[in-house]
Amino acid sequence: MSVGIVGYGAYIPRLRLSRKAVVEANAWFAPQSSRGKGTRSMINWDEDSITMAVAAARDCLGAMDRSAVRSVLLASGTLPFAERLNAGVVAGALDLDESAAAFDLTGSQTAGLSGFAQAAALATGSAGPVLLAAADARRTRAASSSELDYGDGAAAFLLGKDRPIAEILAQASITVDFVDHFRLAGEDIDYHWEERWVRDEGIGKIMPRAVAQALGQAGVEAARVDRFIFPSTFAKVDAVLAKKCGISPEAVVANLSDKVGDTGVAHGLLLLAQVLETAAPGQVIVLAQFGSGARVLVLRVTGHIRSFKPRLGVSVWLERGVIENSYVRFLVYKDQLQVERGMRGEQDKKTALTTAYRHRRAILGLVAGRCSVTGQVHYPPSRYSYTRGAPALDTQEPYPLAERLGTVLSWSAEFLSFHLSPPHQYGQIDFDGGGRILMDFTDVAQGDIATGTRVEMVFRVKDTDEVRGFKRYFWKATPVVGQPAAPERT
Amino acid sequence: MATGIKDKVAILGMGCSKFGERWDASPEDLMVEAYTEALKDAGILPEQIDAAWFSTHMDDVGTGRGGTPMAIALRLPNIGVTRVENFCAGGTEAVRAAVYAVAAGACDIALALGVEKLKDTGYGGLPVATVGTYIPQWYPNAVAPANFAQLASAYRAKHGVAPELLKRAIAHVSVKSHANGAKNPKAHFRQAVTEEQVLKAPIIAEPLGLYDCAGVSDGAAAVIVTRPEIARALGKRGLVTFKALQVAVSNGWEMHSNEWDGSYVHTARIAAKRAYSEAGISKPREEISLTEVHDCFSITELVTMEDLQLSDEGGAVRDVLDGVFDAEGAIPCQIDGGLKCFGHPIGASGIRMLYELYLQLQGRAGARQLPDPRIGLTHNLGGQPSQNVCTVSIVGLE
Repeated sequence: MSVGIVGYGAYIPRLRLSRKAVVEANAWFAPQSSRGKGTRSMINWDEDSITMAVAAARDCLGAMDRSAVRSVLLASGTLPFAERLNAGVVAGALDLDESAAAFDLTGSQTAGLSGFAQAAALATGSAGPVLLAAADARRTRAASSSELDYGDGAAAFLLGKDRPIAEILAQASITVDFVDHFRLAGEDIDYHWEERWVRDEGIGKIMPRAVAQALGQAGVEAARVDRFIFPSTFAKVDAVLAKKCGISPEAVVANLSDKVGDTGVAHGLLLLAQVLETAAPGQVIVLAQFGSGARVLVLRVTGHIRSFKPRLGVSVWLERGVIENSYVRFLVYKDQLQVERGMRGEQDKKTALTTAYRHRRAILGLVAGRCSVTGQVHYPPSRYSYTRGAPALDTQEPYPLAERLGTVLSWSAEFLSFHLSPPHQYGQIDFDGGGRILMDFTDVAQGDIATGTRVEMVFRVKDTDEVRGFKRYFWKATPVVGQPAAPERT
Repeated sequence: MATGIKDKVAILGMGCSKFGERWDASPEDLMVEAYTEALKDAGILPEQIDAAWFSTHMDDVGTGRGGTPMAIALRLPNIGVTRVENFCAGGTEAVRAAVYAVAAGACDIALALGVEKLKDTGYGGLPVATVGTYIPQWYPNAVAPANFAQLASAYRAKHGVAPELLKRAIAHVSVKSHANGAKNPKAHFRQAVTEEQVLKAPIIAEPLGLYDCAGVSDGAAAVIVTRPEIARALGKRGLVTFKALQVAVSNGWEMHSNEWDGSYVHTARIAAKRAYSEAGISKPREEISLTEVHDCFSITELVTMEDLQLSDEGGAVRDVLDGVFDAEGAIPCQIDGGLKCFGHPIGASGIRMLYELYLQLQGRAGARQLPDPRIGLTHNLGGQPSQNVCTVSIVGLE
């Protein structure tokens, strides 16, 4: 059986920055009055490409048995670590089996589709499915047009042989060192060349070749393409390209620029995840992406499409946005502006890597210990279990909590400690099925938490060690809004 | 079978520095202040002290580790000095060691001293303590006000108390402590406040406002203990003796199981029960004359009244508002101003509580003297409601 898409998911951060707020703040310097429409997604202070990839992967994997996943690939132009396998952090957060392989992919806007090709190849020779996640959270310069164009987000796909919901008809690539933008290693911000040149000489000439090559391989006529995805920050370039390729204008997929912006490496896959939500069997989907050449993927939706639903999917994440009107908050969360932290913000956040490794399953995977005698759940796991009057030794078995819901027992919101989203809120969470952890809350406003509030787990940045340049990650609680993103795992 | 310490140990002398923002004083100066007063009060020479225990909590600011800071500051005659540290309950822990040493007959006269120098951090509130290498990787960067504020959320939910009512009750706790502290020349905060001021103060940690939080103070306190017969031989009369001294420490049940409801302090109930048993007290509400409890936050004091069985469960809101624990009430609490107004130099606080009971029982408390107190109780808590060290000591006239 041939490899295809067996699952998909996405993640769009909750905060949606009002472009009007950006334009108004920068009007004194760079008037862009016509650009003040809609929103772009932005990470919370504790999010990055790793955490967003984990969220998208969870959206994709749902309640499936994760031990089946044989490989995980992470594609991003904003990998938090240059040295430390970022996909390894994702694998740990997903509590994948340690025998699964992990890969980081980066270097071009086409890294997501490169990852897709590699994932498909890996899945062909694997006993189980392969997970691909793509995420980006790019930095921009204040008052630039990129600041308005870009967004933050992630998508995830599971590729395998078992009842694919979309089969791969063709994949094509062209590699050419056409430098529309670049970012030297160690630099934060992309440098762009003139839009007209990129549009006419780059996209206009390279992309049609790649699309034609892919459709030729697939044996599909351009006019038969039902959905055409071409993410670009240039207005209408997708429609122009479709026309040039002979693809119907109705097939062109809107690129979410009004609400999300362009999520970089993730964006093509994010749009594909959205398209699949409403796709019908037999539809042909073309996903094309430009960057150091081109990559094109041709898919045909199968009859299994209706048997899969992501946990939430793009459509629900889109609805979950909260408008952010503070441009300053955006600058701070993107490390573009330093706020006064006070002396309490001077606390050393050095991470003992020995300790982190010993407890990696508890920390990254949020795996507790469940006493096999009493059934009581202990977090963190311990050698002695709590049993009234008779502590039991070495009775605990691994018990993952990340996909379980919980209820707030007690909480507070304080203004004392240094926190980038004050008030700093935390409280005790009682998990369904047992287990209790005193946890940070995230993605909350003041007044969102009360005793009895239902919460779910999200994987986030816990602390950043700015002295040594390290990030540590952990799980936080966030109120369940509508349908939980983290259902009970079977 | 263990027979406890009841009436086996007497207080020979006590001393307490002025608490507050002691910009003028080093930890050594604070220790000297408390120790010199205690030595004079006891009427002994340093050479008569057999052993000493030293309580200080913070390693990063102030005093330093080990027994040497105290031995050097006080030029003690090369006796054993042991540093004890048990969070905010360290002061009582030092007393416990000294009392046990005397009760065991290993020492005739022992000294316990606690000190904390908190105002060398550069900011208000407690310094952030180090907690090893594992906890910071998963546990929130939590601060004390929010740890204790969680009592309020769970208490409201359990007893169905409206937020406004609980806020008013805890405001009364602070209004009362300020009124008491105003009469205490050694207290950090000596101004009375109104309920309106307390209710309108900026929020530190929901629902606790500025006046719901104890002051962070510099200070030291010291006690010299001996066997009653030695005290009498030294000419002391009207002795204050220990009736009980109990410590209960969390084993993680509150934080790690799902059984604790978050609305009370589990260890306080255990320590109180054990202390009442050791002291032979069966009706605490009738037998206890006054208490000095660990009112690090107003909500802590309120729930402690229930934990110590001085209020019925769910009844502390009413009792507090009825003035049961006011200076003129049935069981005055924090007659010296408490942690709230006397101040909270961590390592010294447990001994400061004892200092007030000692003065009150001996009729030496000046403008705040209560009429004829017989039995006093200290409740000294370290950590947070969900995981802590709780001590309860009971002292009384012979």
